[in-house]
Amino acid sequence: MIKQLSWKVGGQQGEGIESTGEIFAIALNRLGYYLYGYRHFSSRIKGGHTNNKIRVSTTEVRSISDDLDILVAFDQETIDVNYKELHSKGLILADAKFGPTKPEDTEASLFVVPFTEIATELGTSLMKNMVAIGATAAVLDLDIQVFEEVVREIFGKKGDQVVAKNMDAIKAGFDNMKDKLGQGVEPMHLEKADGKHRMFMIGNDAIALGAIAGGCRFMAAYPITPASEIMEYLIKKLPALGGTVIQTEDEIAAATMAIGANYAGVRTITASAGPGLSLKMEAIGLAGMTEVPLVIVDTQRGGPSTGLPTKQEQSDLMAMIYGTHGEIPKIVMAPSTVEEAFYDTAEAFNLAEEYQVPVIILSDLQLSLGKQTVEPLNVDNVEIRRGKLLSGDLPEIEAKGYFKRYEVTEDGVSPRVIPGMKNGIHHVTGVEHAETGKPSESAANRLAQMDKRMRKLENIRFNTPVYKNAKHEEADVLFVGFNSTRGVIEEAMGRLENDGLKVNHAHIRLIHPFPTDEVLPLIQSAKKVVVLENNATGQLANIIKMNVGHADKIVKHVKYDGNPFLPHEVYTKAKELF
Amino acid sequence: MATFKDFRNDVKPNWCPGCGDFSVQAAIQRAAANVGLQPENLAVVSGIGCSGRISGYINSYGFHGIHGRSLPIAQGVKMANRDLTVIASGGDGDGFAIGMGHTIHAIRRNIDVTYIVMDNQIYGLTKGQTSPRSAAGFKTKSTPAGSIEQAISPMEMALTVGATFVAQSFSTDLKDLTALIEAGINHKGFSLINVFSPCVTYNKVNTYDWFKENLTKLSDIEGYDPHNREAAMQTLMKHKGLVTGLIYQNTEQKSYQELVHGYKETPLTQADLELDQNYFDKLVAEFM
Repeated sequence: MIKQLSWKVGGQQGEGIESTGEIFAIALNRLGYYLYGYRHFSSRIKGGHTNNKIRVSTTEVRSISDDLDILVAFDQETIDVNYKELHSKGLILADAKFGPTKPEDTEASLFVVPFTEIATELGTSLMKNMVAIGATAAVLDLDIQVFEEVVREIFGKKGDQVVAKNMDAIKAGFDNMKDKLGQGVEPMHLEKADGKHRMFMIGNDAIALGAIAGGCRFMAAYPITPASEIMEYLIKKLPALGGTVIQTEDEIAAATMAIGANYAGVRTITASAGPGLSLKMEAIGLAGMTEVPLVIVDTQRGGPSTGLPTKQEQSDLMAMIYGTHGEIPKIVMAPSTVEEAFYDTAEAFNLAEEYQVPVIILSDLQLSLGKQTVEPLNVDNVEIRRGKLLSGDLPEIEAKGYFKRYEVTEDGVSPRVIPGMKNGIHHVTGVEHAETGKPSESAANRLAQMDKRMRKLENIRFNTPVYKNAKHEEADVLFVGFNSTRGVIEEAMGRLENDGLKVNHAHIRLIHPFPTDEVLPLIQSAKKVVVLENNATGQLANIIKMNVGHADKIVKHVKYDGNPFLPHEVYTKAKELF
Repeated sequence: MATFKDFRNDVKPNWCPGCGDFSVQAAIQRAAANVGLQPENLAVVSGIGCSGRISGYINSYGFHGIHGRSLPIAQGVKMANRDLTVIASGGDGDGFAIGMGHTIHAIRRNIDVTYIVMDNQIYGLTKGQTSPRSAAGFKTKSTPAGSIEQAISPMEMALTVGATFVAQSFSTDLKDLTALIEAGINHKGFSLINVFSPCVTYNKVNTYDWFKENLTKLSDIEGYDPHNREAAMQTLMKHKGLVTGLIYQNTEQKSYQELVHGYKETPLTQADLELDQNYFDKLVAEFM
C-alpha cells in the first residue's frame, strides 16, 4: 500500500496531454485524494515538449514531489527529459508507436503499451490518452468506473456513443496493462482516500471566484500568461451579476479603464503578469495620487522582458513595491495557498476602498496555474467594507464650492463620493492638488497632501500578515517565503524535524507595508534564517534585511531556472548550515 | 433646469489669452445645459496638455488623468454608471500620438462617450514641438528643419475603423460647435468631435485667419449626406480634411452598452455586492 503517488504524462504540446492529466486528476479528486499538479509547457500552441505532473495523496500536499512513480510517455523526448525523476521502482508506460527505448542509467521499468494502436482499432487515435489512463488505472489497481462520470461530463455533448468508445479505450488500456503486470512488477496499491468532495482548482480560479465574492463586478484586462484564466472565468460569470469583462487594446487601457470604473464606484479588477505590470505602472501611480481604489493582480512568471513566460519565478517583488515614479501608499499582498488566494482577493477590494489605495495581489505561476485540491471555501467569511464611501444625501455645499474629496484627516483617509452624487462635485487630478482636488503647487499644500496620503497605511489593519508555523521558542532554522513556496517549505520542515532540528516557518502574506513587528521576534529567536525565493537576487531577503535587520543570520536560498523548488533541495540546503 | 452658468466654476483657466480652448470650454457648458443635464450627472475626463486642464474648468465631476489615457478612463466611468453623461477630452498629441491606440479602439468599441479633441497641430504645454497633426514641413523646436512626417487625418482614420459619429468644428464657431457637442451627447455610441482650436503662442501657421481661409462648412456643400460613409470619405479627401460640421453618423449600429450580454438598464454602481449563497454554491460545485 502506498499513501501517495507521483504521476506524470508527457508528449508534444497539442496532443491532449493536458486533458489526459485533467481526466485522471478529476476522477481521483472525487475519490477524496488530495492532488497537486504542475504543468510544464511552452509559449506555443502546437509542438514542443509538455508534461503534466500530478501528485496524489491521502493527506494534504502543496508541493511537487522529488521523484516520480509513473511516467506516461507519448514520445521519446518525454522519456529522455523526465526519466531521471523516476525512482528505482518507477515505471515508464510508453506508446509502442514511437519504439521507446529506456536510458541505461535508470533502474525504472519500461512497459511498452500500444496506446495509439489500441485507440485506432477502437475508432480514432485521439483516444490514445484514454488508453493511457486505463493502463495507469491497472497499475494502481483502480476500478475504471471512477473515470466514467468524468468522461461523460467531458464527452457527453458528443453523444452516448462517444462516451462509450472512450470508456472502451480506458478498459482496453486497463486490460492490456493488467496482462503485463505480475511479470516481475507488482501493482502500486494506492491506499483508499476519505471519499470527501473537495474543490479542485487553480489559483487563478480562486482569485476570480474571490473577486466575485468580494463584490467585483467589472474587469478590464489584456490576455497574458499566466493571468488570462482570471478574465476567462469572470467573463463567464459576471454577466449573471450584471457585470462584464472588457478585453482592452493594451495593458495601459486595462489599468486606466479599471481606474475609471473604480472612481465611478464599481469594484473593478485588472490582472496581468510582469510585462503588463511594467506597462501599468504609470496608471498605478495615478491611482495612488488620485486615491482611487484599484485591485491589480500580478501573476509572476520568469522575467525580465519576455523572459520565461510559462515558467515559475518570483522576481517582481521589488518592482511591485517600488514601481511607479514618485511615492504613493500601496498595499502588496501575497497569498500562499489557493484558499488564501480566494479570501485575500475578496479582502483586497475592502482594503482598496478603506485606504483608497492601489492593492496589488501578488501570485506566481505555480500558485496561479498549479491545479490542486482545495479545502471548502466559505462565502460567509467574506465581508464587504467600503470605508469612507458616502451614500445618501450630502450636505449642501456653497455655490461654486467643491466637495473636499481630499480633506486632510487624522488617519489620512478622506470621505469619498462617486460621480452622480449631488453636492459631491470635486476635481480629481494626478497633479498635486488641494482638498477640493483643484491643482495646487504650494509647498504647504504639498506637505499636507503628501503626508495625508502616506499616513493612510501607517496603521494598516490586515488580517494575518504572516502565516506562522512557529512552535519553537528557539529555532535552529526559520524558513521565510511567500506565495507558492509554502508547501515545499512545510515538506522540508517535516524532514528536518525528523532529523532533530528545530524549525520554524513564516510565510509573508503582506509584503508591503512590511509586517516588521510580526517578523522580528521570529528572526530574533532563530539561529539561521533561510529566505526561500524564485529569483536571482534574493529580493525578499533584501526586504527583510532592510526592514528587520539581522543581516548576519539571513541565508538566501534562490532558484531561478524556471522550475519550482523541490522538497529535497530545500532540505539539503538547510542541512548544509549545520 | 440647469443653465450654462451652473457648469461654470471659479477656477481661472491657465490658457493663454486668445487660446481656442476657451470656446470649447464654453461650448461644452452650453451643450450640457441644452441637453438638460445637471452638473452632478456629467463627468468630464481629460488627458494631459493645455487642453487637458479643461476637466478642472467645468462645474461637473472632473477627472484629469494621465497623458493619452482619457478614453480608457472615460469608458470605465461609463461602464460603471451608464446614467452619467461622459465627455472625454484632450489635445491632438493626447488623442492622436500617445493615446492613438485608445482612440482607435474606443471608436470601434462604441461605448457611449463623447470625445472632444482640441486640435492645435502643436505641442503647447511643452512649449512648441511637432504634433502628429503638424503638416509636413512644419518647423518646431523638435523639427527645426521642418517635419518630414505626414500628418494624421483623424476624420478619415475614424471612418476606416468603424466610427458611428464623426464631426469637426472650429473653436470660433461657438454655435455650430455647441450643436455638434449636443448631437454627440445624444448619439447612442461613441462620438468623436475634432475641434480646430488654434494655439496663438506656438503655432504661427495654423492661425485663426488660416482656418477661416481654408475651412469649408459641410452645410455649404449642396446635398451632403452625413449618413453616406463613402461620400464622407471622398469629401474629406477632396478638402484635405479641412471641413466642419457633422461628417458622418450611423444611427443603426448599436452602442456597446446595448450589446453587452447581461448588462442591466440600471447602473452597475447599484449592483448588489453581496453574493447569494445559492449562486456561490453553484460556482463551487463546478470545481468539484
